[in-house]
Amino acid sequence: MNVWISLIASLIVIGGLVVGAAGVAGLAQYSHTPELLVLLGVVVPLLAFIAFIVGVILQVVKWGRRPVPFPIATVAGQGKSLPWIKASYFDAPYTKAGVVGRMALEVLTFRSLFRNTKMELHDGPKLAYGWQMWLWVFALAFHYAFLTVFIRHFRFFTEDGSVVFQGVMFLEHLDGFLQLGLPHVLISGFVLLGAATMLLLRRLTNAQVRYVSLIQDYFPLLLIISIAASGILMRHVIKVDIVAVKALIMSMLNFDFVGIGEKALAIGWMFYLHIFLVSVLLAYFPMSKLMHMGGIFLSPTRNLLCNSREFRHVNPWNYPVKVHTYEHYEDEFRERMIEAGLPVEKTLEETQEAAAPEEKE
Amino acid sequence: MADEVPKVEEMAAINHTPPKTGWMDTPAVIRPGMYCYSAKAKPLNILSMPYGRDWDPIEEDWHLPENWMEIVLEGLHERLHKFRSLQLFMDVCVRCGACADKCHFFIGSGDPKNMPVLRAELLRSVYRKEYTLAGKLLGKMVGARKLTETVLKEWWTYFFQCTECRRCSVFCPYGIDTAEITIIGRELLNLLGLNIDWIATPVSNCYRTGNHLGIQPHAFKDMIDFFVDEVEDVTGVRCNPSFNRKGAEILFITPSGDVFADPGTYTAMGYLILFHYLESMGLDITWSTYASEGGNFGFFTSHEMMKRLNAKMYMEAKRLGVKYIIGGECGHMWRVIHQYMDTMNGPADHLEVPKSPITGTVFQNAASTKMIHITEFTADLLRHNKLKFDKTRNDNYNLTFHDSCNPSRGMGLLEEPRYIIKEMCNHFYEMPEGTIREQTFCCGSGSGLNAGEDLELRFRGGMPRANAVKHVHEKHGVNTVACVCAIDRAALPPLMDYWVPGVQVAGVHELVGNALILDGEKERTEDLRFEPLAGMEDE
Repeated sequence: MNVWISLIASLIVIGGLVVGAAGVAGLAQYSHTPELLVLLGVVVPLLAFIAFIVGVILQVVKWGRRPVPFPIATVAGQGKSLPWIKASYFDAPYTKAGVVGRMALEVLTFRSLFRNTKMELHDGPKLAYGWQMWLWVFALAFHYAFLTVFIRHFRFFTEDGSVVFQGVMFLEHLDGFLQLGLPHVLISGFVLLGAATMLLLRRLTNAQVRYVSLIQDYFPLLLIISIAASGILMRHVIKVDIVAVKALIMSMLNFDFVGIGEKALAIGWMFYLHIFLVSVLLAYFPMSKLMHMGGIFLSPTRNLLCNSREFRHVNPWNYPVKVHTYEHYEDEFRERMIEAGLPVEKTLEETQEAAAPEEKE
Repeated sequence: MADEVPKVEEMAAINHTPPKTGWMDTPAVIRPGMYCYSAKAKPLNILSMPYGRDWDPIEEDWHLPENWMEIVLEGLHERLHKFRSLQLFMDVCVRCGACADKCHFFIGSGDPKNMPVLRAELLRSVYRKEYTLAGKLLGKMVGARKLTETVLKEWWTYFFQCTECRRCSVFCPYGIDTAEITIIGRELLNLLGLNIDWIATPVSNCYRTGNHLGIQPHAFKDMIDFFVDEVEDVTGVRCNPSFNRKGAEILFITPSGDVFADPGTYTAMGYLILFHYLESMGLDITWSTYASEGGNFGFFTSHEMMKRLNAKMYMEAKRLGVKYIIGGECGHMWRVIHQYMDTMNGPADHLEVPKSPITGTVFQNAASTKMIHITEFTADLLRHNKLKFDKTRNDNYNLTFHDSCNPSRGMGLLEEPRYIIKEMCNHFYEMPEGTIREQTFCCGSGSGLNAGEDLELRFRGGMPRANAVKHVHEKHGVNTVACVCAIDRAALPPLMDYWVPGVQVAGVHELVGNALILDGEKERTEDLRFEPLAGMEDE
């Protein structure tokens, strides 16, 4: 399969979603059909949200139910041994706190990605490895921008003036510190768009990464780029009635559907495109690689202690296996052992009895 | 033996750009020099493993059983439910490529299927087809494919081009460990008898005779006795090792490679000298001809086989009534001991927490396994100034230290060997950052790939390691690579001869053996290799 096909196919799918949603919303707006808008703006998001929650739980439960038979932590530093040798607290963790620290560094700072190097082969042959921070930078920028955007959106889901609402508005205030134009430009949206675009470009320009990339890799990136772009457009270019948006969402949360059609009609089509794309992301999330969000916490090479000689790890499905006992061994080699002056359990005279049966340990 | 190994220039002309064709449309090529011979019927039958038969990877027909597909898919299903690692690693990879150029086989071959991400994808594609809706419906469009004979052969090709070294797992943001994928992949292949000879034969030997090489008890004793003579020639002192001695305090188990071939044999002599030195100080240690192998090629076969072979250690410790076990210098042996042994073969309640009879140090880090690494033991002795030694005897050695994959990424044994080397030697130089410690490069021959017929594969895989040695060889005149692994001692000499001529390989305890000053020794003029000591060239 040609590598470009995955990208093109993803583009077609995203294009279809965008055109479809925008078309439906525009048509509904034009023909005053609030039912369609409620479908796009309320029903689909609710269903997607349920799919997301259920899907994530099912996936995490699936992983959680699988046993971890062996303590296979990747040891990435000096292990705990003699008291005068300094052990690596986070890279070869020997305490629960160390593991928590290791996981926190991994989840919050993408520590393993930070280690990334790039190999270069020069004449000689001479191999060189340089620190390669771009993947880490893009990934970190992407995830933190996404988190900020995600939290910011709670202004739509919390009662005006509530504590959470005020916290979210403070974050938005920080996010818009540049105070460009009106409404203020919020950095996070642009960082999200930029970082996702850079990750996409990296995927396309790095020959090796491009070679292994699938639709499942392009699709979420393009989807998130579309979501960020539609959000930015909605805020700055093709504006929507933000008060009406909040009203729609609050009535949805309060299950107060009186006059919801009117509210839906008052918003503007761009909002429906945006929320539909978000719904697609939500529904797609649990069955995709995006589940690394939950998976990383369960990764046995990262979340296990490195003290497997000090404390026994139990394998729930450990079963007895056939072993070759010393008795078998001596039975086979007894004569030669005696000749060589090696101690034996039984003398030659004693072995006239039957050979030892196979044993299991 | 393989055909001619390509010349260095040819070997070094590596193209890391993937081919034009997608990876599913690029057939795996099994060619001489890049694969290991197949497992024969006999060893598999000895082990009562399924489908032992004579087959040849080069041939079209692998004589697979009728229902091979069912067997593999059932095996996969079972393992997805038994190993959270496998299930998770199948599900969460984002193909970010952080692992791509971390694999020594990819660096040395340029073959995209040696990128850890793609190696896993070989299996993941089948997983998608079987277990995901999108995979079932859309197939190739979403990187899913049916298990076919071609796919199976591709698995065989690439799961035996991975040394389970775990370097990729250090760089993976989720800790996806290709070793885990390869181990389980090989387990699936073994369900069909698709092992390689260089693993299956040692495993069956080990099962029967206690060691990979099939050394029988009297011969094992003879070999050690031969080292006793050699040591006497060099030092004038006669060691007195004991075998299968009941009531000894400590059982010593080392990889049989140390007993079998240079330069591992010099390491074995080092052990003998150290044990003899400590005898008068209260060391009470015995070797075993039955547990005469620390290494565990079962680890390269299946979890079950790992357990079957490893059982010997505790069984023998119990039979002899020792208090604890010391393990010699071996890489994958220590991965198994550190991360599997206690779970598989424990609890070792018949043993006691290791305590050095000389220093009184209690090795709390081995409180459950009751097995310590000899460099832990020796480093502790040195720390307590229990050893008299003359480090100038190692002055001819300009050393660097190669961290073997398993001691570093499987247990975190980084400082102990370095501490010993620095105590015992005057000239020590580290290889460049990014090629040592937890980021160390594999020798390219681990996990049972150290055969004679796959030299090209081994030299390609070993290229990054050799290249780092070359760097310190040119910069500091390094002429010796020290290591704590028997496979390294077997694999690195030809690798060095190929990429960095003029560099030899030594075990850490060889250096100890050279430097220790024994009671009643003659004037030492030669090292354990019968090479003159520095300044003794005219003697």
